[in-house]
Amino acid sequence: MDWNSIFSQTLTQAIGVSAVIYCLAAVGLNVHFGYTGLLNFGQAGFLAVAAYGLAVSVANMGWSLWVGLVVGLVASVVLALLLGVPTLRLRADYLAIVTIAAAEIIRLIVRSVTFREWFGGSDGITRFADSFYDLNPFPGPVALGPITFSKNDVWVVTVGWILVALSSLAIWSLMRSPWGRVLKGIREDEDAVRSLGKNVYSYKMQALILGGVIGSLGGFVSAIAFQSVQPDSFSTDFTFYAYTILILGGAARVFGPIVGAMIFWGLLVFVGESLNEAVSKGVITFITTTQVGQIRFMLVGLGLMMLMIFRPQGIFGDRKELALDAR
Amino acid sequence: MRARAAAVLAALLAAAALLVGWGASPASATTSGPVLFGTVTSDDKGVAGVKISATNDSGFSGEATTDAAGAWEIKTPESGTYTVVLDEATLPDGVALTADSGNTRTVNAFLGKVRIQFPTGESTVQTTSKAEQAVQLTVDGLLLGLILALAAVGLSLIYGTTGLTNFAHGELVTVGALAAYFYSAVLHIPFILSALLALITCAVLGALQDKILWKQLRRRGTGLIAMLVVSIGLAIFVRYLFLFFFGGGTQQFPEYSAQAGLQFGPLSITPKAIIGAIAAIMAILATIYWLLRTRMGKASRAVSDNPALASASGIDVERVINTVWILGATLAALAGILIGLTSGVSWNMGQQILLLIFAAVTVGGLGTAFGALLGSIIVGLLIQLSTLIIPPELKSVGALIILIVILLVRPQGLLGRRERIG
Repeated sequence: MDWNSIFSQTLTQAIGVSAVIYCLAAVGLNVHFGYTGLLNFGQAGFLAVAAYGLAVSVANMGWSLWVGLVVGLVASVVLALLLGVPTLRLRADYLAIVTIAAAEIIRLIVRSVTFREWFGGSDGITRFADSFYDLNPFPGPVALGPITFSKNDVWVVTVGWILVALSSLAIWSLMRSPWGRVLKGIREDEDAVRSLGKNVYSYKMQALILGGVIGSLGGFVSAIAFQSVQPDSFSTDFTFYAYTILILGGAARVFGPIVGAMIFWGLLVFVGESLNEAVSKGVITFITTTQVGQIRFMLVGLGLMMLMIFRPQGIFGDRKELALDAR
Repeated sequence: MRARAAAVLAALLAAAALLVGWGASPASATTSGPVLFGTVTSDDKGVAGVKISATNDSGFSGEATTDAAGAWEIKTPESGTYTVVLDEATLPDGVALTADSGNTRTVNAFLGKVRIQFPTGESTVQTTSKAEQAVQLTVDGLLLGLILALAAVGLSLIYGTTGLTNFAHGELVTVGALAAYFYSAVLHIPFILSALLALITCAVLGALQDKILWKQLRRRGTGLIAMLVVSIGLAIFVRYLFLFFFGGGTQQFPEYSAQAGLQFGPLSITPKAIIGAIAAIMAILATIYWLLRTRMGKASRAVSDNPALASASGIDVERVINTVWILGATLAALAGILIGLTSGVSWNMGQQILLLIFAAVTVGGLGTAFGALLGSIIVGLLIQLSTLIIPPELKSVGALIILIVILLVRPQGLLGRRERIG
């Protein structure tokens, strides 16, 4: 068992590209679910429209990367409006079903043969982010103790964590403002807020847009980091993992999604790497390396259940501050 | 009361038993997903020796040659989008495809067998007119609707009595098919008996799931949204457990793989689809009888209406809920077995139809069993008939869009009550 390699992989991945992507998605969800109490199960859809907006603009339209980013942001705002108009007046579980359906509609359309010319079918679109890497200030790979990143990865991860920091800072200050207090009020008791003369519908819409836009930053990071967008990376399971991260770290806490993403990916990689090591070294003989991946996801499912049952407030959260009992 | 419940369960089992008898076809233990098939004819006579090939994005390619009756069939490994090409060079002299339809078809094979038409001659293009297609699609849609209804009624009953939006209901569908596959393919028990055993297994699993998990959560006072998230975790856990033990492929039940369709005028239905439909209808009728005529069924409606009042009037709410779980799990398992018969058994088959079940339940109205029935038929018909206008691979999109539109204009669903919306 090569524990050095396992630990170095674990630490690298805990702050790696996937952690950044899921972290941004979870920060967005935190605005929806943690602060406003909106049960958005279509977060993958926000990442998908942003990533595809960027990829289609650059690869098919020949526009610059910056225009592509604007297109992606506009697309996610439009999606928030489209989703919000019919659903924000509905009860929480209806909202969950509609948002999950919307995300699936997006995924099915971008992977369809009918629209292949635009979105590339199930293969998606590749190689469109070269101009981002041209700006890379890092001269080569970076190694900090056990943590090693390739030249491109370290650039993406740096920009990614800066985005996480900026959006978390924005949320921290917004939630201390009167605007944020209204959101929390909506989460606690919608009718009470309405009776104070606030337009609940409008506040919910603003929250949906804000969280969606933050999530769409995750879509950009994923599109740029892998130089590719693929429909099936934006499946409903993506949203569920983002929820697991949010609940693990603690909903309605600024640091919740950040710590959640690091622990989630650290654990996932640690379990996967050690089991793989054990299988290939012959320590464990009754499973194959393919099955290791499946065990990891079983643990995610089990972890989500156990967290929700025994510690719904996660690591940082406050149990009183959870909109889990609304009917 | 117990005797009545037992009678209903017996009727359910009998419905499954019907699956057996007729319609058994020669056993073939090939591993395959949906089946692409068709008949190449010219002047009403089959054309033999025509080569047809099918490919998909993930590298599958299969080939078939038409037999004396012009029939051909290609078994595929998984659901997906296939490009089917007819090699025009292999057509005999004097036979040509109609000019405007070409020799290439792109199809989305999802549930069941997919018929692919290659019309020949000059006038034949109109013989499968929109009207005839519509008839065939209506029948297909009703069959799909019945299967969805089995799963949707259970989901709706559980929602009605406990308030739980169960995202793990799709896995109840999968486990039914997997259990039937285990009994028939691994233990080599005759299929009809395997199906019955699978239903009993799933009834027990449903009862256990409620007793071990959901009852404890209700007792702890866990909120409904928290339970919803727990059901998502359970779904992920169980799904990957299935993948771990069953593998990623699609398997067929040993006794019922490919089956030729019976022709009724323009209609083509396989015998197993007919038996399946009869089994589904019997199960649904038994459920309706249970809901309307038995004490337990009435009690379950009372609990959905107002649990506190039902409890106060002497109804054992926990027992009602447990019975509803048994019923819901058994119905879902029957749906899984029926889907397995037509499109094979796979580890994520339940997940694939979960959103359609939700669409059906929401269209009809969350928490009402009859609404779920109506919604399922509507969604099934809509999915199949929409392929007249939109590409088949996007047919689920149509159903999901209808779901959103219904929520816009009538949030409580067709048969739901106003008070249920927030």
